[in-house]
Amino acid sequence: MTSPEVAPSSVGIDHDRRLRLYRMMLDARLFEETAHKLFFEGLVKGTSHLATGQEAVAAGFAAAMRADDLSFCTYRGHTHTLLRGADMARLMAELLGRANGICGGKGGSMHLTQVDVGAMGSYAIVGAHLPIAAGAAWAAQARGSGQVAVAFFGDGATNIGAFHEALNLAAVWDLPVVFVCENNLYMEYTPISAVTAVPNPAADRASAYGLEGIVVDGNDVEAVYAVASAAIEKARSGGGPSLIEAKTYRHGGHSRADPGAYRPDEEVQEWLSRDPLPAFRARLEASGFNASVLDDVEAEAKAAVAAATEVARSAPTPAPDSLETQVWADGGSSWRN
Amino acid sequence: MAELTYRQAVARGIAQEMERDSTVYFLGEDVAEAGGVFKTTEGLLDRFGPERVRDTPISEEAIAGAAMGAAMNGLRPIAEIMFSDFFATCWDIIANQIAKTRYMTDGQVSLPLVIRAANGGGARFGAQHSQTVENWAMAVPGLKVVAPSTPRDVVGLMAASVRDDDPVVFLEQKSLYATKQDVPDGEIVEELGRATVVRSGSDMTVVALAAMVPRALAAAEMLAAQGVEAEVIDLRTLVPLDVTTVLESVSKTSRLATVEENPRLCGWGAEVTSIVTEEAFYDLDGPTLRITTPHIPLPSADSLEDLAMPSADRIAGALIRVANG
Repeated sequence: MTSPEVAPSSVGIDHDRRLRLYRMMLDARLFEETAHKLFFEGLVKGTSHLATGQEAVAAGFAAAMRADDLSFCTYRGHTHTLLRGADMARLMAELLGRANGICGGKGGSMHLTQVDVGAMGSYAIVGAHLPIAAGAAWAAQARGSGQVAVAFFGDGATNIGAFHEALNLAAVWDLPVVFVCENNLYMEYTPISAVTAVPNPAADRASAYGLEGIVVDGNDVEAVYAVASAAIEKARSGGGPSLIEAKTYRHGGHSRADPGAYRPDEEVQEWLSRDPLPAFRARLEASGFNASVLDDVEAEAKAAVAAATEVARSAPTPAPDSLETQVWADGGSSWRN
Repeated sequence: MAELTYRQAVARGIAQEMERDSTVYFLGEDVAEAGGVFKTTEGLLDRFGPERVRDTPISEEAIAGAAMGAAMNGLRPIAEIMFSDFFATCWDIIANQIAKTRYMTDGQVSLPLVIRAANGGGARFGAQHSQTVENWAMAVPGLKVVAPSTPRDVVGLMAASVRDDDPVVFLEQKSLYATKQDVPDGEIVEELGRATVVRSGSDMTVVALAAMVPRALAAAEMLAAQGVEAEVIDLRTLVPLDVTTVLESVSKTSRLATVEENPRLCGWGAEVTSIVTEEAFYDLDGPTLRITTPHIPLPSADSLEDLAMPSADRIAGALIRVANG
């Protein structure tokens, strides 16, 4: 569908991939909006941490990863899991605690894994997955598989020990891993700047591990894609780890019904004006993409999320006899004879 | 057949598996160049090279985390946490991540890994390098727990642990490192979840683990001099737990004592005793007994530490009360 009148991306991303990035961000946005609605309907139980506003980071990296690369994300992980290629209906079903959920209802919103697409888990303990991603990268290095591991984490994770242990080990062992800090300015309810000794919580720590401090506009999906591609290629070619800090903003609160009232109105308004989705659409239109083409992409995304949601809503709850399965590799949970 | 120390058996067990399976890798602090602070891993670096035998920084979360990530991506890592007390610094990775991941992913992720550590008291190291933490691990669904008492079992249970597709916490009792045993040449592979009857007797069942096994055996000899024959069981693994061997023994002896090195509360002996009273109550002729250290952190002074840990004399004295109870 390349059209000669469409100007190329300033960072050299081709026409189809730009449309693909737009679709990925739309899928993520609509998925999160639906999850939010289902939470208030009482269908998403427990808690849910939405990434609305942060889609450009997930989309830019997912588009830059190879199918067999491995991604590790946080409890704010719906979109990362989705954009790696997790089945949308089964992902939504997992949030709803249904039998056909990607983890059979045993994971839930904070624990999403779909191994066959390289989505190696969302980790609900802050920072824990950084050393785990390093370990997966170690195995890739040892086996010569050419895989790269990518770990996404929030700004709050930069103050926990596992962050520093993982960065150091990855640097010392030259591991093919990319650490991606999604700095949305708030560790949870507290501004990261109020509890961190340096202005850029990730990038300013990079030099301590012999790494370059890389900051990218996390609301610019093409900028993210370019930085992601470079870091992943560097890792794949034996150049070792990278640490990237993507500046972004979550449109909602930390979790569940948190309205985020601790955030100044001016700050919220400023970031809403930099919403990555309309910004990218405006850029695509300015590049010559026909609005009707983009409208079609949006309509397809809406239809896909609606269909996936319907599949999830109508799915049965897990069979009671699944309760005591899959503790052990034999499929069971027996601890005695 | 060669006489091996428990310490040498660790290296032999790891080497046996690294030789057999090229996906077995080994990492930890001071394990490669230095051969381990307890000299348990001497020679592995020379034999298998620096890619497979790796020194790490003092970063227990990175060690355990790297083992987990590597196990998710095709390796069968063995990670050393130098002292089991240090599990506390990486307990998130062990108890929240490694233990739960198979269940939380509904079986998508297997974690064939071993985390081994020097466990227990008797070395006069004081409270932060002497704990017996098998009960910490036993309490977490998703972890298998192994604690051998002999050099032969170190080799055979290490093999079973490495070959198992589930995460195994492998606890070496540090006061046993210098103990010796003739160990057969060639491959040795034991089975997880199989206790062994290490002394037959008809008057009482004594269940022990790791360093308490030789002490229970010594106590049993003291009892024999008084005409009481104790059957001593070495549990060898806590998860899976070989309940059958214990129940069969109790059905014969009608009396039960457990000998634990750990502090009193929530020790594995409580679980074993609970199972026996639930499932074999009418086999019992008297009250059960748990012999443990007091519920204290271990002291450093040798005289105090010796008072704290169950000795053969203390075990024998307590067992006589069981026999007469």
